[in-house]
Amino acid sequence: MKYLALASGLIAATAAVADTPVLTIYTYDSFISDWGPGPAVEKAFEAECACDLQFVGAGDGAALLGRLKLEGARTQADIVLGLDTTLTHDAIATGLFAPHSVSASYDLPVTWDDAYFVPYDWGYFAFVKNADQDGPSNFRELADSPLKIVIQDPRSSTPGLGLLMWVKAAYGDQAPAIWQGLADNIVTVTKGWSEAYGLFLEGEADMVLSYTTSPAYHLIAEQDDSKAAAAFDEGHYMQIEVAGKVAATDQPELADKFLAFMVSDAFQSIIPTTNWMYPAVIPADGLPKGFETLIHPAKSLIVPVDMADAVRAQALEEWLTALSQ
Amino acid sequence: MLRLENVQVAQDDFTLNADFTIDRGARVAVIGPSGAGKSTLLNVIAGFQPLTAGRVWLNGQDITDLSPGQRGVSMLFQDNNLFPHLSVAQNVGLGLRPDLRLTTTQQDQVRAALVQVGLGGMGDRKPAQLSGGQQSRVALARVLVQRRGLVLLDEPFAALGPALKMEMLDLLAQVLDGTGATLLLVTHDPEDAKRIAPLTMLVADGMAQAPVQTAALFAAPPAALRAYLGDSVDLPRNL
Amino acid sequence: MANRPVAIRRALPGALAAACVAAFVASALGAVLWFAGGGGWPDAADWAALRFTVMQAGLSAVFSVTLAIPVARALARRSFPLRGALIVLLGAPFILPVIVAVMGLLTVFGRSGIVSDFLALLGLPKLSIYGLHGVLLAHVFLNLPLATRILLQGWQDIPAERFRLAATLGMGPAQIQRFLEWPMLRATAPAALLAVFGMCLNSFAVVLMLGGGPKSTTLELAIYQAFRFDFDLGRAATLAAIQALLVGGVVWIALRFTRLDGQGAGMDRPRHIWGAGSRWLRLQDTLLIVLAALFLLVPLGAVVLRGVVGLADVPPSVWGAFGASVSVALVSTVLAVVVSLWVAIAALRWGWTEVLATLGLSVSPLVLGTGLFLMVNPWINPARLAFAVTALVNAVMLIPFALRVIAPALRAIEADYGRQADILGLTGWARMRLLILPRARRGLGFAAGLAAAMSMGDLGVIALFADPHQATLPLQMYRLMGAYRMEAAAGAALILLGGSLALFWIFDRWGRGDAKA
Repeated sequence: MKYLALASGLIAATAAVADTPVLTIYTYDSFISDWGPGPAVEKAFEAECACDLQFVGAGDGAALLGRLKLEGARTQADIVLGLDTTLTHDAIATGLFAPHSVSASYDLPVTWDDAYFVPYDWGYFAFVKNADQDGPSNFRELADSPLKIVIQDPRSSTPGLGLLMWVKAAYGDQAPAIWQGLADNIVTVTKGWSEAYGLFLEGEADMVLSYTTSPAYHLIAEQDDSKAAAAFDEGHYMQIEVAGKVAATDQPELADKFLAFMVSDAFQSIIPTTNWMYPAVIPADGLPKGFETLIHPAKSLIVPVDMADAVRAQALEEWLTALSQ
Repeated sequence: MLRLENVQVAQDDFTLNADFTIDRGARVAVIGPSGAGKSTLLNVIAGFQPLTAGRVWLNGQDITDLSPGQRGVSMLFQDNNLFPHLSVAQNVGLGLRPDLRLTTTQQDQVRAALVQVGLGGMGDRKPAQLSGGQQSRVALARVLVQRRGLVLLDEPFAALGPALKMEMLDLLAQVLDGTGATLLLVTHDPEDAKRIAPLTMLVADGMAQAPVQTAALFAAPPAALRAYLGDSVDLPRNL
Repeated sequence: MANRPVAIRRALPGALAAACVAAFVASALGAVLWFAGGGGWPDAADWAALRFTVMQAGLSAVFSVTLAIPVARALARRSFPLRGALIVLLGAPFILPVIVAVMGLLTVFGRSGIVSDFLALLGLPKLSIYGLHGVLLAHVFLNLPLATRILLQGWQDIPAERFRLAATLGMGPAQIQRFLEWPMLRATAPAALLAVFGMCLNSFAVVLMLGGGPKSTTLELAIYQAFRFDFDLGRAATLAAIQALLVGGVVWIALRFTRLDGQGAGMDRPRHIWGAGSRWLRLQDTLLIVLAALFLLVPLGAVVLRGVVGLADVPPSVWGAFGASVSVALVSTVLAVVVSLWVAIAALRWGWTEVLATLGLSVSPLVLGTGLFLMVNPWINPARLAFAVTALVNAVMLIPFALRVIAPALRAIEADYGRQADILGLTGWARMRLLILPRARRGLGFAAGLAAAMSMGDLGVIALFADPHQATLPLQMYRLMGAYRMEAAAGAALILLGGSLALFWIFDRWGRGDAKA
């Protein structure tokens, strides 16, 4: 009798666990690291959803999309979080995503009306330098200067690809000439952001390709104001990071709920000091102290989503040709 | 009884033919020019050398297709007869059980064999701690405990001094007296043959000849042996 | 001496294991090809990448081994205080995650490194190590120790008796070189060349970091492009297959050129330093050892210094990751060493087993991971297999290195003692226990140490199989870097370095334990 009671108790407990709906979110690895937004986001959402939020990390944005393509409609993901505008067109073409119903008043420098993806943060690519170093004010000045830069390879890195799109968006057909001019400034091209940023901190280069928000980390987390971003007058290229609902999800309501949660203050206030990007919707408390010191580009550049694929391929071709000489 | 029946080994431009019988308990010296195939002959009998043709019989059993470990043969080589990482007692014990799981009786046997070869109490040493002569004694102790019907020796004492070598040959004779085994001893020294082997077989010109009386052979050496021994054949005896 | 093949029965398990390794690699490739619906033909840029990959790996191997020969000889014939500690420490660079090693190297050779600062004092321009020469410098830095250790093993395997014989014959250094060392090198150097070549073939981050730009595009980067840019899995798989075939061919050739005449056995007599030699020789050796130590240890010192500063910032999760990495390392080490031992036995009969087992060396981690993912994902959540897959992939990639060390040792054992063991009927487990394990102990210990240390590094980190709850130490270190926490990452790197060296030391020590008995 006792055993029976114990057994039924166990069954009840398992059933209770099974009854808790699970929302699976695929995202890039740094999102779920101890220092990324993941842990805080999970806590905040689980507090209000009566569900179990599970993150699955998969490399970076491009690897994330690759994984989704490998899994196809059988994917476990309910939501994919962490694609950017160079990838969304490709992502929609897979047919794996469902339209969303979220509306918010975004604080983005551009209007957002994508039917499939909801933005959660954004930033500008920029060259980060030491604050006491005079920075060039555009790519031509940089090319003419003796300044040394370190960048990332567009074939293996998201910022690396961003730079390619930046030069292309700013200069169009002139891009190959810009790259030829930059060739002698480039110390080296690394596999990913970490290697490049590490080289810069070691003093191997005067500037490194990163984000306008990078100095905010040093300022806020390390009380170090020695880093600054160089403002370029031809404008800075934007990276808008987005999430979308997987069409085959078995938790459509929960997924919608998460996307709505994503643009609320609870999520958005986590972003600035964990992902070190601008929140897509500035929370009621505003931006953390220190963000006001960052540069504000006069012009925001972005290649329209539906052209991203074609521009990307051409830009890579030009980049390879210019730097292989 | 060991019988090699129309055995032929051919490798590149080397050939060796053998067709002979050796009685059980016989002690045969194998002599001949270097490179003629003395070691090959022993390898044929031990099972290390595949045959081109012929059969090998031991005590009425066809052992041609048996692996070396299955033939019931003891063999000592010119070197590496002892495993340096095993103790003296373990090296001897391998002759009783290759997995060294020895019974108390077998351990006693090992100890007794070591006493018999003059190494009583040295069972725990490693081969490197022994002199060359003592190492040969360990190898002989193993032959002793193996009690195999056929013992093949490929110049295992060549590195020893003359006095020591004589001692080893005498010890070997003692061991063989104990086990009644047949012996084939490769040597290049006629004195060895005369000391231990009533029979001698000549390996020369691609042919292992049937064994003949040692004394008679050296008294009237055939051409091939004469060529090998050279003109100074009688010199050692005269010294 | 009669050449006697190993019995089929003894060779079968190893042949089976080698076939499993090959099947593992081939099925992963096949899964990717099947998913892609066929291969894709590489374009001109891919061929250029292949040429560059082979060229840099080949040059790196030649430079590393050429430089390792005099260093290993100097270490072999000199005894000095802390020699053992130095030899263990010299092994450090090749077990570090490359990014950490390169950062260390840059403190010496970088634009703001020691050498550049010194040049600036003299009014000379800064040193630039970015370009092919930088890639080679880094590869020599990473692999000189590996080559030195493999060659040193060869020197130590020459029995003391041979050197005694040489001494009695009045051989000078030149004759010793000709009659003792050259034959040993003929047997050992191809293994060292092959190991370094293999290491450099997949060295993608170093080449990119120091190569200076897209001129230095390796095949692995071309595979990345096929994956991320074009999602052309067929082309990625084709490139990976070409690389695998290429490596298979190189291994085959290297093994054929390896002369297999053993050194003959000795009685395990304690070694003593022979032919103290002329003052000039002593000076030359001292100089070589000092130079090699400086070259390897100064950058390492920088890593340690930076790490000590960062240790305070290391979050507790790093220790959890350390535990995970040690467990992975131990499992893959046992797997790799056991399989290598089997394969080494089988290789005594069938040379091709060694080639098959080496295929793990050549396969692109990205393609391997993707193929495994495609095979596993329909059946089971990949995250649940994170530990098993990481350990397994590590093991497959370690086997070639373990095999390079174990196979020559086994050949020597069989050449020296095989016949006596045969005639005694020493077969099966008894032969393993009483002959092979004790005689191969030194090689096994070294191979296990090497495998454990390398496995602690970043070999098998496959993003598709990442465990969301438990990262390995290298992954955790990269996460720290990705979150701007460079100091804490440096601290994590120091923990990684310490852990790897400790594992190496423990296994290697075990291997040498028997030597004096």
